[in-house]
This record gives sequence, C-alpha cells and structure tokens, in this order.
Amino acid sequence: MTMMDNVWIDVGALEDIPRQGARLVKTPMGCVALFRTATDDVFALDDRCPHQGGPLSQGIVHGKAVTCPLHNWVINLETGLAQGADEGEVRTFPVRVEGGRILIEASRFGSNKDAA
Amino acid sequence: MPKKLVVVGNGMAPGRALERLFESAPDAYDVTIFNAEPRTNYDRILLSPVLSGEKTYEEIVIHGDAWYDQNGVTLLKGKKVVAIDREAKTVTAQDGTTADYDKLLIATGSVPFIIPVPGKDLAGVLTYRDLDDVNAMLIAAERGGSAVVVGGGLLGLEAAAGLKARGMDVTVLHLMPTLMERQLDAAAGGLLKRALEDRGIKVITKANTKEILAAHDSQGSTRVRSVVLDDGTEIPADIVVMAVGIRPNAAIAKDAGLETGRGILVDDHMRTSDPDILAVGECVEFNGNVYGLVAPLYEQANIVAGELADSGGAGFVDKALATKLKVTGVDLFSAGDFADGEDREEIVLRDATRGVYKRLVLKDDRVIGAVMFGDTADSGWFFQLIKDGTDISEFRDTLIFGPAYAGGDLADPTAAVAALPDDAEICGCNGVCKGRIVTAISEKGLTSVDDVRAHTKASASCGTCSGLVEQLLALSLGDAYDPSAVQPMCGCTDLGHAEVRRLIVAKELKSIPELMQELEWKSSGGCAKCRPALNYYMLATWPGEYVDDNQSRFINERVHANIQKDGTYSVVPRMWGGITNSRELRAIADVADKFEIPTVKCTGGQRIDLLGVKKDDLPAVWADLNDAGLVSGHAYGKALRTVKTCVGTDWCRFGTQDSTGLGVRIEKFMWGSWTPAKVKMAVSGCPRNCAEATCKDVGVVCVESGYEIHFAGAAGIDIKGTEVLCHVKSEGEALEVIVALVQLYREQGHYLERIYKWAKRVGFESIEAAVVTDLERRKALFDAFVYSQKFSQSDPWSERARGVKDAHEFAPLADLTRLEAAE
Repeated sequence: MTMMDNVWIDVGALEDIPRQGARLVKTPMGCVALFRTATDDVFALDDRCPHQGGPLSQGIVHGKAVTCPLHNWVINLETGLAQGADEGEVRTFPVRVEGGRILIEASRFGSNKDAA
Repeated sequence: MPKKLVVVGNGMAPGRALERLFESAPDAYDVTIFNAEPRTNYDRILLSPVLSGEKTYEEIVIHGDAWYDQNGVTLLKGKKVVAIDREAKTVTAQDGTTADYDKLLIATGSVPFIIPVPGKDLAGVLTYRDLDDVNAMLIAAERGGSAVVVGGGLLGLEAAAGLKARGMDVTVLHLMPTLMERQLDAAAGGLLKRALEDRGIKVITKANTKEILAAHDSQGSTRVRSVVLDDGTEIPADIVVMAVGIRPNAAIAKDAGLETGRGILVDDHMRTSDPDILAVGECVEFNGNVYGLVAPLYEQANIVAGELADSGGAGFVDKALATKLKVTGVDLFSAGDFADGEDREEIVLRDATRGVYKRLVLKDDRVIGAVMFGDTADSGWFFQLIKDGTDISEFRDTLIFGPAYAGGDLADPTAAVAALPDDAEICGCNGVCKGRIVTAISEKGLTSVDDVRAHTKASASCGTCSGLVEQLLALSLGDAYDPSAVQPMCGCTDLGHAEVRRLIVAKELKSIPELMQELEWKSSGGCAKCRPALNYYMLATWPGEYVDDNQSRFINERVHANIQKDGTYSVVPRMWGGITNSRELRAIADVADKFEIPTVKCTGGQRIDLLGVKKDDLPAVWADLNDAGLVSGHAYGKALRTVKTCVGTDWCRFGTQDSTGLGVRIEKFMWGSWTPAKVKMAVSGCPRNCAEATCKDVGVVCVESGYEIHFAGAAGIDIKGTEVLCHVKSEGEALEVIVALVQLYREQGHYLERIYKWAKRVGFESIEAAVVTDLERRKALFDAFVYSQKFSQSDPWSERARGVKDAHEFAPLADLTRLEAAE
C-alpha cells in the first residue's frame, strides 16, 4: 500500500448521525468529527477548532457550517475555513455516502501506517 | 510677604476661583478656608447620581486633601463662620476659631427654602443640598417605604428619581400645573410627567401642601407620617424631601453690615460694598438676579480670581443658561427664553411614537430659546447658537434637524469618539481597536452594531462598549446609520425577537421549519443564534405540542452538563434549597473517586460542582448519582437554576419564617422549566438577608408579617438590587406570585434576556399589574405554568443514564484506532 492509495473505510450508517448533528470517529491522529447537515450532506473535519481547540462536534450545525461551542467561531464544513472576522482552518477529510453507509478516506489517519 | 486671603465656604465656586488664582498668582496669598461641612470640595451637581447609586462620593470629589496641601491652603473642616468683624478684619467660627484677613471671599452658597407648614420640623423632613442630606436620604431609603418630594423642579425630580432607584415608593408634589415650569413649556412638562410616571414615580401637580402629620413610635419620639394637601388628600410618607427652591445664604454678610438684597449685592467684578470683601456663587445677587446653575458660578469664579490677582479683565454679564435633568433615561434640555411673544416665532418637531419633542424659539433670525425632550443629542449645538446669537436664516429650513443638516460641526455628539486615535481600544474583552472597526465598517459595508459584532467581535462579549460602537457607526455612516431600527434576531431575518414571538402566536407557527418558511427566513436552516431562540419560543408557546429540537440546543442543554475549555464537562446535582445529607455527599465522593474527577467545588448557588468529567463517562456518572437520589441541577440551562436559602426558623435566632422550607417548595415546584435565560432565586428568612435574595432574578425576604417578593436583581456584568414586587401573607400566595411572574417572563422574555432586562423593557408596572393587581391574570399565568410543567418535570439525567435517550451523544460512531493497529 502506498500513500497515494485511497482507503475508504465504512464507519457507520447515515442514520447513526442525527440531522444537523455530529458524531466522532476515533483515529490514531485524534478525533475526526462527522457532520450531517439538514440536507443529508456529510462532512469530516478534525474535531478541533483552530481558535482554542474546542470540540467542533459539540457545536450547532446550520447550513453547511458549524458553530464552535466554546467561543462561537463559525467553521465552513466544506472548506474547513473560519468564517467572518476569524481566521483559521480545520483539516477536512474526503467522505462519501453510499447506500446509506458513510465511507471515509483513511489514508491520512495513521502516519505509521506505511511502516505497518 | 503674601497677603492673607480667608474664604468662607468651600463649594464649587470658591474651589474654581482658587484653582484659577493659583494658576495665575500662586504665591500672592496665604489662603485659609472655613468649611461648614466636615470634608473637602466635591461636585454638588453629581449628588443625584450618588443618591441613585450610579456614582460614589469618592467619584465626585473635586479637590482631595492633597490638593490643599500642595497649594499651601489651610482647610478648616467642619468650622462654620458665625461672624465677620470688618473693623478688625477677622472672621470667627462657631467654635471660636478666628482668622485675620487682608481679603475676604464670601461663598456661603444657599439654603434650601422650607415651606412654612405645620410639621416642617419633624424628624424625617429632609432637604436636598449637600452630602449629609444625601446620606440622610440613603439611610431612610434602606428602610424602604414611601417618600414624598415637595417640589417638581430640577432638584426635586432628581431626588425623586434617586429615591425611586433606591426602592422607595415616591410621590412628587408640585404647586404649579406643570413640572419644571421655569425651564420647560407645558408640552415638555407633560412629557416629563409621563416619563416619570412610567418609571413608577407618582406626580401630583397643583398640589398645595397644607401640613405634615406626625406618627409616634414606641420610644415616644415623633416622626413624619404623612403629608396633607389643602384639598384634604393625605399621602403616607416615611420621609419628606423639601425641594421647593433655594435662597442665597447672606446672613453673616448682612450681620456684618454689607449691602444685601435677596443675596449679597456685588458689582460685575464680584466686589461687595466693602472693597476688601468679595463674594461668589449662589450667595450673591447681581443686577437683581441670583444664580443656581454651575455655568454662571464658574464664570463668577474666574472673575474673582482675576480680581484677587489684580489682573483686571472683563466683568460679569448675564448669559443664557442651559438646564439638563440628570435622571438616567430621561433626556431633557432647555435653554434661553422660550416664552411666547408677539415678536417671536417658533419651530416645533413632535414624534409621538418616539416620545420626542423639540421646540425652538426664534427672534430676528436668531435662536433665543430651546426646549428638547426625548432626544437631546443636538442640544449642545443649539445652545451654542443661542449663546453666539448666530443668524440662522441661511439654514432655517433644516434648523430643527440639528447640525447634521446645517453643515455645522459644533458640539458633534460623536466628537469625542472621532478624536480617539486609531489604536484606541474600544472593546476590552476582545481587544478590538477603533481603527479595525472603522476599516471593517467601510470595507465591508457594515450598517449595524450586530454587523460590527459579527465581523470584528467588538461588543460581542460583555457588550458595555456597544454605545461606542454605535458612535463609530454614526461617525462612519452619518445619516445612513439608523440606530432606532429594530435589531434583527440574527442575520437570517429582519424581524426582531418581539415580532417573532408575536407572529408565532398570531400565525400559530408550531415548528421551526414552518416558521422559517412562513416568516421568510433568509438562510435555509437558520443559524446558531436564531435556532436556540426559536426552539425556546416554540417550547414556551406550545407546551405538549411542540417536540423539543435537540439539535437546535446549545451543547450544554443537549447533553445536560456544562462544557469546559478542554472539552470535558461539569456536573452539578440538584440540592433542593441548598440542603444535602451524608448519603448524598458520600455518593458524590464515590463518583469523584470512581471516575477520577479532578475538581470538586462549591458553587455560588449552594451545591457541588464536579469538574473535568469526560463526556463518555456522563451517563455512568449520572446513573451513580441517580442511585443516591440526586437529579440534574440544570446548572447548564436557560432554566431554573438554584433557590438559595438561609436556615430560617429551623435554626436561626433571627428567622421570621421557614425560609428553607419555602425555598425547597419553590424549587420542587419549578425545577425543569425552561426560561428565556437562566433564573436564579433565593429566600432569606429575615431582612438580614443571608441568602442574598436582593440581587437575584427572583428573591423572597421573609418578615414577621409575611413575605416580601423581590425581582429583577442582577449580580453579573451588571449589578442591580431587586425591585420589590409585593408583600404577601402566606407561603401559598408567595408561590403563586412567583410562579405567575416567571410564567409571564417565559411568555414575554427575549431569548437570553435576563429578568431584570425584560422588566426594564416591558416596564415594572405592567408586571405588577399582571401578577399582583389582576388576580385573574395571575391565576391564568399560574395555571399555564403548571400545565407546561407536566411536560418538563422529568430528570434528563435518568433518561440518559438508562440509555433510553440520545445514546448517540455519548459514544463515538466508530473507533479506527484499533483497526489501524490491526493493519
């Protein structure tokens, strides 16, 4: 397996995440938050606000954005960029929904993976 | 060798005169001041804010002791001069202290006029002149009760507002048909009366006081009991404040043989009939006029300084005077001469909805008088026009709209902000400076405080700089800025909170998507600001029908614990009325050990906070706490938080009622209810108030005769004592009033608006009418609350501890750490 390969892992059903909500996926790199919007789009981002590390998965999901629960930074779920006056970026991960299952691209999750 | 200057009196006028003298001729005199008051010089104009609690005495001191030291002044405090010997050139104080003078400055001020009615000398009849008077009023106000202020002039109304702010029941008696008739015309006087009545102050005009009646207390001493008018009306009064006017205090000057009329007669250089004696301030009479406002007195002080320094200078002339009432929230201004006349014209602007009235009196194309009520922002500009005698014919058409339309740049209200450098910090919480705000306004086209908040974070935290931000908007946008526009709930709508609440009921909107469709929300699914608000409004409006939308709640209310900075949570079990026992404490200790909870702390609301709980552990922590009978304390919610109590008649030797029992009863009745913002309560067993009930959203102070119900206190960003809502005789009635009050708040409050802000917005009287006076309304509110409680009184912890609800909240969707390891 090389670093260029896409590794899609089934992490659960779409229905396991509430609409306008989020769930966590634990990885060796830390927690990744999976967000489901009102229109059933799913996004995967690092669960760390670029401001002070707040857990974005605990925020309120609205449109294609989430508001951090600690200091109300608003993060765009598509780009991972902070909106408004705030500046910062959250890492995003490729994710897709197929047949009601959520697949996440996991090649970047483990830095020690190639050695394994 | 310097000459000897003796000053009799230590008010604002002689203080200013000495300041100017020391600037121009610092070594000309050895100065000795006799001050009848036992203190230094302070700003008498600011006594009203001291009375109302907006300022402290320390904040209004003009010259502290150090100033007298630095300038080599001998200040004799508490020494009242009783005689002047012009032959020997000495003055003598009451205690025998004497001083020689080469020059004498008399500044004895004025004395309040006491109307000569029977009872005027009773204990409890006060005047309003100096700090001692203010202190006497504050002591009286602490006991509460009723105050009658005799006199509806500037001073009387400020006293009335101050006493009202201190919680007294205040009635103003005014002899004339309209208030402040010397400064205001009848229209503005009427608006003022209404504004005061809206603040809960009773105003009786054409009230002629006949006598003051006495009550006899148990020690046999007599105090004021009531005031009787000539039409027989009797108004109860624990104190009476005489504020009908002042007259110059010219007694010692007269005794010394100086020429006096109403005051000490002076020429335009403030010289009395004795060439070595000058007089200044409220005690003088010049050209038949006496003076009580500060501007002409400071003018006189400058002339006195020049005279003492032998530097000559122009003499004193009468000028137009301006008046502003220092009652917070009442904007009123008057200047010049505004009487009607054949040769005069007037320009009037009325805006009944905003409560604005402006009237300019013109003569020969010049403004000679101005009266403003409700909006006095341009008053400085108008006053300047009056003083300068500016010819206004060029811009007469737009004159009434103020300097913004006249091209004038005098006294611009935003001048102070305009003068700040770009790096001046506007928002201390978020460290935002002026330059950044101004740049954001122009570059991003911002038009409201909310916009500025969203783009720069200025005023986003405590909000105290909102006023400065508004001024920067006004400065940057000019007329394009409209601060009176309704603040929209958020960027998703143009509607304000009040309008949205009204439409939810009127259009029977019963879900968030339905509301967003019907009210044309601009975003597809709302935002983190409007959704929690809408969810609350739906819950409060349609109990039993609306299904709570968990995803529209802030995380704390979604998982029933408080998120901390590191993403862990804090857990606070309910302790009814602050009462606990060994079994509960043991369970808390066990939970702390079992889940390695790092911090255990007592909260301000008499319960215990477990801090640093991992989210995944929450259900198990709750299960253990539930087993010991502990339930959620809702410490995380816009909901009933705590009911603090003291031990009352159970233990306390001063307790008058069972305060603990009542607190527990209230908490058991009301827990679980959602409210616009958090609600904190307390019950104190006696007026010593150990439960600190008088700074709570709702408080009860038990007294021998029953229960005093308080509300609208604050002890956060704002500090505010409560208002007394009513006094009731039984626990049951106390509960009914409190429940009705909270229900009214639940129905009217804007999301995140605490009770004190709600009460201020809707008016204390409307609340009193709904829950105290109108018993049917009270009952209906009570019943509505009881009905809604059917759907909210279940412990959110036990539902989740048993895994019935929201299990997805507390476990990850997937764990890829082991998967990776397996690879």
